[in-house]
Amino acid sequence: MSAGRIAMALFIAFLAAAPFALSEFYVTLMNYIGLATLVTLGLVLLTGVAGLMSFGQQVFVGFGAYATAVLTIQYGASPWLGLGAGLAFTAVAALGLGLITVRLSGHYLPISTLAWGIAFYYAFGNLEFIGRYDGLQGIPAIRIFGWEVASGRESYVLIWVATLAALLAAHNLLDSRSGRAIRALRFRATMAESFGIDTARLKLIVFVYAALLAALSGWLYAHFLHFVSPGAFNVNIGIEYLFMAVVGGASQVWGAVIGASLLTLLKEWLKDILPAFFEQSGNYEAIVFGLLMLPLLHRARDGLMPVLARLGRAHRRIPMKVVAANPLPRRAGPAAGEPLLGLAGVQKNFGGLAAVRALSFEMRAGEILGLIGPNGAGKSTVFNVVTGVLPADAGEVRFRGARIDALPARRIARLAIARTFQHVNLVGGMSVLENVAIGAHLRGAKGTLPAMLRLDREEERRLLHEAARQVERVGLAAHLGEPSASLALGQQRMVEIARALAADPVLLLLDEPAAGLRFQEKQALAALLQRLRAEGTSILLVEHDMDFVMGLVDRLVVMDFGEKIAEGLPREIQANPLVIEAYLGGIE
Amino acid sequence: MNTDIFFWLAQDGITNGAIYALLALALLLVFAVTRVIFVPQGEFITFAALSLSLLEAGRVPGTIYILAFGGLAAGALELVVAWRERQLARLPRIAALYVAAPVAVALLVAWAAPRRFDQWIQVLLVLAMVVPLGPIVYRIAYQPLASASVLVLFIVSMAVHYVLVGLSLLFFGGEGLRASPFWDARFKLGVLEVSAQSLWVLAASVILIIALWLLFEHSIYGKALRATAINRVGARLVGIPTLLTGHLSFLLAAFIGAASGILIAPLTTLYYDTGFIIGLKGFVGAILGGMASYPLAAVGALVLGLLESFSSFWASAYKETIVFSLIVPVLVWLSLRSHHVEEEEKE
Repeated sequence: MSAGRIAMALFIAFLAAAPFALSEFYVTLMNYIGLATLVTLGLVLLTGVAGLMSFGQQVFVGFGAYATAVLTIQYGASPWLGLGAGLAFTAVAALGLGLITVRLSGHYLPISTLAWGIAFYYAFGNLEFIGRYDGLQGIPAIRIFGWEVASGRESYVLIWVATLAALLAAHNLLDSRSGRAIRALRFRATMAESFGIDTARLKLIVFVYAALLAALSGWLYAHFLHFVSPGAFNVNIGIEYLFMAVVGGASQVWGAVIGASLLTLLKEWLKDILPAFFEQSGNYEAIVFGLLMLPLLHRARDGLMPVLARLGRAHRRIPMKVVAANPLPRRAGPAAGEPLLGLAGVQKNFGGLAAVRALSFEMRAGEILGLIGPNGAGKSTVFNVVTGVLPADAGEVRFRGARIDALPARRIARLAIARTFQHVNLVGGMSVLENVAIGAHLRGAKGTLPAMLRLDREEERRLLHEAARQVERVGLAAHLGEPSASLALGQQRMVEIARALAADPVLLLLDEPAAGLRFQEKQALAALLQRLRAEGTSILLVEHDMDFVMGLVDRLVVMDFGEKIAEGLPREIQANPLVIEAYLGGIE
Repeated sequence: MNTDIFFWLAQDGITNGAIYALLALALLLVFAVTRVIFVPQGEFITFAALSLSLLEAGRVPGTIYILAFGGLAAGALELVVAWRERQLARLPRIAALYVAAPVAVALLVAWAAPRRFDQWIQVLLVLAMVVPLGPIVYRIAYQPLASASVLVLFIVSMAVHYVLVGLSLLFFGGEGLRASPFWDARFKLGVLEVSAQSLWVLAASVILIIALWLLFEHSIYGKALRATAINRVGARLVGIPTLLTGHLSFLLAAFIGAASGILIAPLTTLYYDTGFIIGLKGFVGAILGGMASYPLAAVGALVLGLLESFSSFWASAYKETIVFSLIVPVLVWLSLRSHHVEEEEKE
């Protein structure tokens, strides 16, 4: 049994024993930890994994708490109706707030969340029907099949069952097709878009999900305390939720439990001891919290969870088991010789610099076309324009007869165009297998909800099986389970190729695939590309290694200063005086 | 609403708006140069305003302890670095800058406080206490993370805010304070009556904004700041030290924060945590300017001040709710305008 599983079992055993062993005071404290864990878990997904920061989760907790308080007290409704109403209201509000902020730069969201935190705190405190600053009292207990969740110990059961279920669901989510896409959001959004992932939509989903977890926490809170008031939803609480996520390790599901526990206990303890030092009472634990956060951010920015995790698996290599599954269906490509990709008069400017000028060339299905030129000739820009990462300023790009120059990257990915990146664009913390599985994103369909409930396993097996097949194909089968960041640069480039292949592409765009490879590796790569061509895949190749290029490609397009200066068969290009001048400089 | 009330509200709004505009400019400056969303700016406002009120009452403000101990902490960090790099020749400079100077200011204020000097001397004392806190905070909290992402720096800001607001409660207590106006006169301009303090605030804001502009356009330091804001790596390559620009922008921010605090102290009663809300209003102003344009931010801040003033007349309980909801339409507009979806953090 692994250290992680032992820790897990101990944790569950502690949770099961706690209501019998602990005093009323500590059971209450455990309830607060569970409630905070729910909110923090949302923040872990939102901030640590997806890279969106929110200081406003307490507002959603407030929505959950007030919705059920108003419905049960003033309308005598069932708490379950209160839960439904709270979640629905929160979902709509989060969707609205998310729609206007997740598309903007990273720093708008945290500032906005601070702003709406203040706006809603004053709204909660001034609205007549929710009791202004006095709040609402006498919220009834929840009833489940005749069991009334009345005491703190009974609430404990409900709160921790909900918390564990949420942790498990989040764990399942991250280990799935959608989860891999979410994990790419923070640092690799451009890559994700290039493989057909709608990053804005996904961010919105994570944002709404985090808000719903907060609303659930608010519902449990209201029925556990039987009382709500605005004080529980002020801006500081929102900041502390984020601190909890950072302390625990914002990218780890179990970090939520650690962060919520540590800060809740610390706060309670400080409330006991600090008044002895200061004459008056007040929020002095803020000083300690802030002073604790600074060295943590300076020294261990990823929080405590990764430190603990390292202790657990210091000398262990995770063997990666891939279960056999039905292969994914392959798509029928065009017949060899059909027109595939056409550029006509493509122009791309960066300010005053014309990176690509009136570029036109044609590519037919089944060929390997080399795009070469000195550094700065605009080759990578051509790649970015063709794949929709950059919009063209003028001209047309056609793929199998249809114009694609106005389409975003993720729509172009749907047409079976896959690419690698000049600067390796892998999700560092994810295994080689998972990275490659991102390439097969569009070949699966299961979303976030089936993933949380583990209803996606059949499809997941097929996706991972396909990914493993491509990893094997590029010769990295021995590294399947390793984090991609631990590989050598040349191997990382091969992972990039495997990921592109996992998309089952009709057209493959490779940006300097041989850079950083050793001689044998280059030979293996050339053999792989020839095999792909034989299977009907067309390849557009940017590469500097002329030996590699000349022996492989069918035709070449040569660029210099953004313009096409030559086009033809390899031996024609080698003899072309313009090309020689571009590479070696003119002879005066 | 009659004309008198209208003009009175407008005057109030413009006065507050001028202060928000100053703050918005400082926040934009810090963000552009260091990528720090400087939430703790609000605490500088609080420190300055409450220190001024206490000096007026002849009491020693706790700010001197924050300054002295902050200086010691920053000095200790510098000492560790100097020790590690075997650069002990730096010791006298560290001692002078981080220990002697803050302690000297603290002692001076402790000596001067009970003597109740003229108000302008008190203003100078407040500036001497609060402005050095900018570089000290930068040294302690931000400098070790100068290359971190915007989001990590944001969390640092919240941690610093937490520490400073806690210290504010510790040293100033929970009671609200208000300073007396610099000039307690009122003028009649046709139908409207203008308070001298409002004119003060407006004049000071305009002068400070012009001074900032001159600094940016015509001094070598201002040019270094601009260069860093436009391209950090490029600025480093031509020899502009990131450390200098970081310290400098925090110095300016602390100065503007302190100046805003001094200006606002006679206008409203401030508590230990009031500055946070005021600072955030500066951010709302900056967001109205798209977090990029200085003139737009200033206009946004004025609009904010007016909206706040009029909403305090019609729906005073919802004043803050209305003011902070103002960013929603702006965000909608910014969101519709942005076509770029992919936003990634650097690892």
